[in-house]
Amino acid sequence: MAASIVHRASGVALSIGGLGVLTWWLFAIASGADAYATFTKAAMHPLGLLVLVGLTWSFFQHLLTGIRHLIMDTGAAFELGINKTSAVLTFVGSLVLTAAVWFYLLGVAK
Amino acid sequence: MSVGKSSTPLGKVRGLGSAQHGGEHWLTERVTSIALLLLGTWLIASLLLLPKLDQRTMVEWLRAPSGAVPMALFIVVGFRHALDGVKVVIDDYVHEGGSRFAWHTLMLFLAVGGAALALYSLARIAFGAVA
Repeated sequence: MAASIVHRASGVALSIGGLGVLTWWLFAIASGADAYATFTKAAMHPLGLLVLVGLTWSFFQHLLTGIRHLIMDTGAAFELGINKTSAVLTFVGSLVLTAAVWFYLLGVAK
Repeated sequence: MSVGKSSTPLGKVRGLGSAQHGGEHWLTERVTSIALLLLGTWLIASLLLLPKLDQRTMVEWLRAPSGAVPMALFIVVGFRHALDGVKVVIDDYVHEGGSRFAWHTLMLFLAVGGAALALYSLARIAFGAVA
C-alpha cells in the first residue's frame, strides 16, 4: 500500500519538479556561464539542495517500486511475505542510493 | 466502443479502462519505463563520472554524440512517460468530464512545451551554438 501510493507521489514529483529542473538546467547550460551560475546558486542554496535531494530520492524510489511493479505485472511476488519484503527493500534501497549519490557529489564539489 | 460484445482479445480491451484507451496506454507506460530504467541510470552515472559539474564540462559532455543522443532520448521518453503517468493519476482522481479534459489538456501543453524547450536547449549545446 505505502509503496504503491509513494510510487504515484514520487512520479508526480518527478514529472513536475524533476523535468522542470532538468529543463531549467539544460536551458541554463545553453544560455552561457552567467545563467548557469544563477542555476548553481539556486541549486546550492539550502532550499535548493533540499529539493534536489528530494528529487534524487523520488527518482530512486520510483525506479525501485517501478521494477517491483514490472515484476508483479508478470504475476509474481503477490505472496504476502515476499510482497512486503520487496516493498520494504524499495525504501531501504532508495535511501541508501540517495545518500551514496549526495555524499559523493558534495565530496567532489568541495 | 466495444463494451461486452466483441469476441477477440483486442476488441475486448479497446475503449475500456478508466482512461478509455484499453491496453495500449498501459503497455506504453511500461515500455517507456524500461527505457527510462536504462536512460535514468545512464544520466545519474554520467553526472557522477564527470570530473566537474561546471558549465564548460556540461557543454563538452553534451556536445559529444555519446552525451547528446542519450539526453535527447531521455527528454523525449521522460516527458512521454510523465504525461502517461500523470494522465492515470488525473483519471483516478478527477471524475467530472470537463475538469478532466481541462487537466489533460493542461498537462499535454506542459509536457510538449517542456520537451520542446529542453530539446531546443540541448540542440543549441550539441550543435555548438554555446560558448
